Amino acid sequence: MTPSTGGPAMENQNPTLYKRAADREITPAELDNNVVDPFDAREIFDLIRNINDPEHPLSLEELNVVEERLCLVNDQQNTIDVTFTPTIPHCSMATLIGLCIRVKLLHALPPRFKVTVKISPGAHVSEAAINKQLADKERVAAALENSHLIKVINECIFAAPPTFSKIIRN
Amino acid sequence: MSSEPQAVPTLKFVQVLKGHRGRAWNVSWHPQGNLLTSCGEDKIIRLWGTEGGAEGKWVEKTTLTDGHERTIREVSWSPCGKYLASSSFDATTAIWDKKSGEYECNATLEGHENEVKSVAWARSGQVLATCSRDKTVWVWEVAEEDEYECAAVLNAHTQDVKKVVWHPNDEILASASYDNTIKMFREDPSDQEWTCVATLASHTSTVWSIAFNKTGTRLASCSDDGTLKIWQVYLPGNQEGISTPDGQPVWKCVSTISGVHTRSVYDVAWCHQTGLIATACGDDIVRIFQETLDSDPNQPTFNLVASSVASHGHTQDVNSVAWHPTVPGLLASASDDGDIRLWQFLDSS
Repeated sequence: MTPSTGGPAMENQNPTLYKRAADREITPAELDNNVVDPFDAREIFDLIRNINDPEHPLSLEELNVVEERLCLVNDQQNTIDVTFTPTIPHCSMATLIGLCIRVKLLHALPPRFKVTVKISPGAHVSEAAINKQLADKERVAAALENSHLIKVINECIFAAPPTFSKIIRN
Repeated sequence: MSSEPQAVPTLKFVQVLKGHRGRAWNVSWHPQGNLLTSCGEDKIIRLWGTEGGAEGKWVEKTTLTDGHERTIREVSWSPCGKYLASSSFDATTAIWDKKSGEYECNATLEGHENEVKSVAWARSGQVLATCSRDKTVWVWEVAEEDEYECAAVLNAHTQDVKKVVWHPNDEILASASYDNTIKMFREDPSDQEWTCVATLASHTSTVWSIAFNKTGTRLASCSDDGTLKIWQVYLPGNQEGISTPDGQPVWKCVSTISGVHTRSVYDVAWCHQTGLIATACGDDIVRIFQETLDSDPNQPTFNLVASSVASHGHTQDVNSVAWHPTVPGLLASASDDGDIRLWQFLDSS
């Protein structure tokens, strides 16, 4: 990850930190292979909560950029709508954060899902323009062929999740 | 009521063509209809033809590789059928021909700053157009063998240009953009300058694609706003009394089909034989629209008459639809699922 010191001045130097959610409780039904287990909001949240912020060595969850209540899933209709909240309304990283969420879900979910990633209404000065860009699959496809950009995105996505290191220690 | 079961128009699944790895972006027919071309994320142009005569199964005949370094977005045949142009995210357009017996890339058009989204040949075959995310539309003239000269760089759009299409009879170029508008261009006979002669504004989001009807008096457009729109041209001195300032033809939106597509509409094709309109939608469905018999020419009504059946349909976004040039009702579609599908529209009669 990009270190938080030595680089150019950060836009939001002292972001508010939020408590991380407890690990998901696994129910007996989920362990039963005979029970159909549709995707739910918590699963989508678990996929994106540990994406690293492009600027801070913190997860999107810890910055409250993503929240479980803002992950909407309709498994039957194959739709997933994720709304995210940039830490400040003029955040220049908002498009990149949205792209990271899109790419993570693209890799992790079956291709039947239609994923929409949007900014929380009123949370950004360029909300409409960023939403339009994130929804344009042709521009997203072209962006993902840019080797520099995909490197930055992958660094954000594949940051070691804190929960994972804890499991190993135990 | 008649005891006969009511025959309804259907879109019958014919065949699936598999081969592309990753998203298939576009399908196009050779002008004679004996070849189908497809392209996509895998940077390969695939040429498909029938095995054992016109009734045979479609199979892959050949592949064109190494022409582009990135996604191939669209492939377009010249009207004579001898040349193939491919536009790519690598910012170039390649021209292929078979002079040596095999398809080879014999010219590359360079100049756009980034991704080339679309390429189209004018009816004369002497002019072609390309458009790009760099917001420009370029007009190229065929100078001589394998030589192409840029005749105009058109800056009228304010955003990414998604599609270029030529008028079926006149040298009029139409373009569709992320700036929500469609623009028309033609060469001014007095100074040979290409200029924007019309802006068609009505869509509320990206216009992904456009298609002229057979005579070029109407244009269909489809958009990220989920609608299909029909535009009609009104020439100076028209009977309807539509004013034509500057003495230029005026394009008016005469019909909006909304509430049918549930997601972005990525492509539209207007069949020049049957008058049917096909759309490719982000909800995985191919839809067929037909103008009603009692339709008022100045306020036409178009009905959804058939849709692709889920059991044989695409499993992801449909990106492209193309009507066969000579077989009425034969349609090809390309999808994010990587498959090309062939369909036959069957009327109720």
